[in-house]
Amino acid sequence: MSDAFLSLDTISKRFSPKITLGDRIALKLGASVDTRSVHAVEQVSLTVRKGETLGLVGESGCGKSTLGRIAAGILEPTEGNATLENKPLMEEGRKATLRVQTVFQDPFASLDPRMRIGDIIAEGPIVHGLTTKNEAPSYVKGWMERVGLDPSFVDRYPHQFSGGQRQRVAIARALAMQPDLLICDEPVASLDVSIQAQIINVFLKLREELKITCVFISHDLGVIRHVSNRVAVMYLGRIVEIGETETVYQNPKHPYTQALLDSVPKLVLEDDTLVEFTAISGEIPSPLDPPKGCSFNPRCDHVMERCLREVPGLIPVDGEQEAACFLNQKEETE
Amino acid sequence: MTEPILEVTDLCTHFFTQDGVVKAVDGVSFSLKPGQILGLVGESGSGKTVTGFSLLGLVDPPGRIVSGSVKLAGEDMAKLSQKQLRQLRGRRISMVFQDPMMTLNPVLTVGEQIDLAIRAHNKMNKTQARELATAALTRVGIPDAETRLDSYPHEFSGGMRQRVAVAIAMIHSPDIIVADEPTTALDVSIQAQILHEMRNLARESGTALIWISHDLATVSSLAERLMVMYAGKIVEEGPTAAVLRNPRHPYTQGLLNSLPAMAEPGHPLQQISGSTPSLLALPPGCPFAQRCPNAQSACEEEVPLVQEGESAYRCHFPIGGTA
Repeated sequence: MSDAFLSLDTISKRFSPKITLGDRIALKLGASVDTRSVHAVEQVSLTVRKGETLGLVGESGCGKSTLGRIAAGILEPTEGNATLENKPLMEEGRKATLRVQTVFQDPFASLDPRMRIGDIIAEGPIVHGLTTKNEAPSYVKGWMERVGLDPSFVDRYPHQFSGGQRQRVAIARALAMQPDLLICDEPVASLDVSIQAQIINVFLKLREELKITCVFISHDLGVIRHVSNRVAVMYLGRIVEIGETETVYQNPKHPYTQALLDSVPKLVLEDDTLVEFTAISGEIPSPLDPPKGCSFNPRCDHVMERCLREVPGLIPVDGEQEAACFLNQKEETE
Repeated sequence: MTEPILEVTDLCTHFFTQDGVVKAVDGVSFSLKPGQILGLVGESGSGKTVTGFSLLGLVDPPGRIVSGSVKLAGEDMAKLSQKQLRQLRGRRISMVFQDPMMTLNPVLTVGEQIDLAIRAHNKMNKTQARELATAALTRVGIPDAETRLDSYPHEFSGGMRQRVAVAIAMIHSPDIIVADEPTTALDVSIQAQILHEMRNLARESGTALIWISHDLATVSSLAERLMVMYAGKIVEEGPTAAVLRNPRHPYTQGLLNSLPAMAEPGHPLQQISGSTPSLLALPPGCPFAQRCPNAQSACEEEVPLVQEGESAYRCHFPIGGTA
């Protein structure tokens, strides 16, 4: 697509154990040393368009955070290219950090406990010349107000804030760099529902004001539905379905997406209704040892012989919706 | 009417810290019938976990149950010695904790831990205990249970570990299981499995469940009765669907409205302003008054629990007006 802003092209990321000299000797002697690598992300191609919010959803260990870190230029992919407006992300180096910022899940871990929050927010913009030391206080004040923090808290330390306020600081720190792309990695996962709503509202408001492009990573299907224009569902390192958020939610085409949507508990408002919990059978396979063929095949109800041999690629289903499942191909050829 | 298995009356658990008295649980009353599933929802710091701990007599200093009673099948647990309590725990009342990483002993195999739980209350030899343990693991859906008994907790995934914890809690078919956020750390697909199994187990053995959670959707699909807790007090309770359909307390309403499912995608969510007050310096009267859209001067006074059919709420100005 020509309007691609961030483009990921057949990205793979594997984490391999470091083989030390000791391990090598042990291997020679016939001892068993685990040299398998974790396939965190496998051949993911993805584009994020200017101004949109792409939701990245999946269960723990599916590789969504790794993919987010690659998109942010924090991790280098083992294979494939990440480009930001047709320029390679990693080569851009410092310029890329200016343009892509990340809000992390845990606001306790992502803020330096020994820095005052004014300094936390101002540090990046001063280094990159977005503001000067003299102008920094008013610059910081502006961003604090935008995320709904009282500017008089500027000299406080992170531990003096609640989780929700800390996440506001993290958002202010990211946005004060005036990025073009914001990666939000589970920004509301550790928050209570009422605080979660506040942070989502801050996010929605600033996205509108700043016309910012976002990748929003979450395991919470409800949150993703609320904030994203398009959604990509990940399973074991691969994207299994992608499309307009509402289309995917209303008419999921991959058995995993269907099962995932079914297993989310819904709010029950009628008396005496007995909700059957539909669970996906089995467990997520280990990314150290992914199954042959389609990675969902051990848990899939529609598994065919072909699924055990071949890895399905993303197949266009309907307009923009694509799903990595042979079921959709079958319909087409018949 | 069946007799309630558990009766909690005016339970107060306070923590005497250096900074002052934290009233973590402040006047909680409820009763539970055999086989009933009760949902206890609230945000972090609302006192729901301490309520659960109090039921099992697990509150550690500086915390203490200062008043109120917990009666298990008519017997006042406060009058029991530590030794007698130990005989109750695990056999009559047991608990499943949030984090299965912390609750299983990493240096014992799963089988050894289940064996300990079994033989703490039953006299039987190792072979019989092993058979019982295998059956318990099979019951919670762990495949190949016999061999998995010899695995260590780290060889299990999070969902499997939580199932082991559930299996241990279920072993003596207790009267009550207190489940404290048992699925919060788990993925949705695994959560559905645990919910399914716990409900079945509860139904088959007549075990009553207290399901502590912050997730309204999960509780609404599981629990018959719902209690909403805020700053140590029950602010609203009643049949789950009725309470959620027609919340009377502004806090319950606020919690519901904060759910992304309650708004059009992309539109701002209705939010509760502010954050939970510090339990060290609670305002007099209604603890929610500072965040409440309907608060008036009367809210600075103590709010009584208003009974209304099967439900009750603690508010001077309930949504929909007073009856």
